[in-house]
Amino acid sequence: MPTTATFPQPVIRRVEVGSSIVAEQAATAPADLKISTEHVSVKYSGKTAVRDVSLEIRERSILALIGPSGSGKSTFLRCFNRMNDLIPGATVEGEVCLDGEDIGDAGVSVVELRRRVGMVFQRPNPFPMSIYENVAYGPRRRGMNSRAQLDELVETSLKRAALWDEVKDDLRRKSGLALSGGQQQRLCIARVLATDPEVILMDEPASALDPVSTLRIEELMRELRENYTIVIVTHNMQQAARVSDVTAFFTMAEDRAGYLVEMGPTGRIFTRPAERLTEDYISGRFG
Amino acid sequence: MTANHSPASLHRRTSRAIVADRAATIVLWGTAAFVLLLLGTIILHFALAAWGVVSLGFIFGDPSDTALGGVFPVFWNSIYMLALTMLIAVPVGILGGIYMSEYARETGPLGLVTSAIRFAEEAISSVPSIVVGLFGLILFVDTFRWGFTALGGAFALTLFNLPLMTRLSEQALRAVPQDERQASLALGATKWQTIRHVVLPLAIPGLVTGVILTAGRVFGEAAVLLFTAGIGTPVHYDFANFNGFGLDFNSGWWHTSPWSPLRPATTLSVYIWKLNSEGLGAFKNQLADGSAAILIGMVLIFNLGARAVGRVLTRKLTAA
Repeated sequence: MPTTATFPQPVIRRVEVGSSIVAEQAATAPADLKISTEHVSVKYSGKTAVRDVSLEIRERSILALIGPSGSGKSTFLRCFNRMNDLIPGATVEGEVCLDGEDIGDAGVSVVELRRRVGMVFQRPNPFPMSIYENVAYGPRRRGMNSRAQLDELVETSLKRAALWDEVKDDLRRKSGLALSGGQQQRLCIARVLATDPEVILMDEPASALDPVSTLRIEELMRELRENYTIVIVTHNMQQAARVSDVTAFFTMAEDRAGYLVEMGPTGRIFTRPAERLTEDYISGRFG
Repeated sequence: MTANHSPASLHRRTSRAIVADRAATIVLWGTAAFVLLLLGTIILHFALAAWGVVSLGFIFGDPSDTALGGVFPVFWNSIYMLALTMLIAVPVGILGGIYMSEYARETGPLGLVTSAIRFAEEAISSVPSIVVGLFGLILFVDTFRWGFTALGGAFALTLFNLPLMTRLSEQALRAVPQDERQASLALGATKWQTIRHVVLPLAIPGLVTGVILTAGRVFGEAAVLLFTAGIGTPVHYDFANFNGFGLDFNSGWWHTSPWSPLRPATTLSVYIWKLNSEGLGAFKNQLADGSAAILIGMVLIFNLGARAVGRVLTRKLTAA
């Protein structure tokens, strides 16, 4: 792996980068802070997948996590709603805070956490239920039974996900699986919105979609940014450049552990990256 | 890859592959045809043998010493035993399957429990049914002093079928894509809500297969029931018999009413076995053939019915 060989001590470099992140975000008032991670490492059965990542995410912003396959971006993303809990043998070290509260605390309800931090997956995965039931799924599980309330919530969620006009005529008759890939992904977004989240995690949400559907999802993300904090993992650097406010570049060390190389305003990362590794990656010389 | 465009070599290569392809097609179609033929032959054989024997009077009539009579008490017992056994085995089997698929650990001290359950499943599955029958005889008939009862038979059948039902339920649940579980959990649903509202509905077709295979073994089982539910059934069932109905287990109801689980119950399979091994009457061959035809008919009707119920359930639960 020639690229990493040029930086024999990547972890030490990361610490230098860390200080520049603090400098870039120094103007940020603490009230704006939505999520922060402190020295987060993830291990799968003892093997480190993500090493020592500390970063901060501002409210109502879009953070893009970019980097080559295996750099731990998705694993890191899954720390924010504790989806790594589901993987046998996975351990998360360090601290992830949502609104200043450590989500790893023993008293934290994972169910409540995942309502506040929703997730959209790489492959659109609507339930094999009607469109209506897909959107109503989360609220129903929290005991919302009123038909009128559910009707309204389903409508507003589908409207926010820019899907309402296409599906309003057969909400109850049509299965979520009968929609096109792009529509399915917007249905999944509507399903998350219906749970009234604060943060939306997107794990390569457009990688299985055609270019037109991809653009629609990106437009949607820009709109959602008005009300939600979004973290997106993407392989598509143009996508990161188009939609995100802040970009974090991950790569992996020689021991295959993913780590954060640098993070900063998207414009700067793509025009004047501080790190050789970042420059190599975004200019296509790596990954 | 060399750029060899010689038609001869091209021809030779493909023709060998085509021969293999055709051979595979013929063998596989042949196997399928053979299986269908076998099934068709069995059905045809009993349809012909039972021709002129099976009638509504035969199915719903009482046995007779002097004429052909009917097999209604035995037919009723088959349905009764099926219902009673499924009532016990299906819920327990599905719950076991849920544990094995969703909760069981593969590692650590709980992993040992999982291995132990798997071992027990396989061990019980491979025990000959006559041995299970003997076990039922010792436990329910002798130790519990129930005598020959439908309930003892149902428990013995449950013991015999639970491993299969559990294993098939586990497989049906495991076949539900992990994506669906993740989607539900990521929306803030609890584990049980995820199982109840996503995993189980999607597993219904597989669960129905489990129910059908289990039911088939209940219909067909004779050895287990011989020693537990007993042979010997009155020639007439009085469905209005609630004689002394109550919680007093010594009352007549428990031991004579066709509704009671604490009475002996000879099923069609046991009856066929009895007719063929120790039957003496003039009509024993017709009775055996007729019973076999009814049994086959019941299995077919049950299978098709279970599939239909499964489809309706899937549609109801997933609303799609």
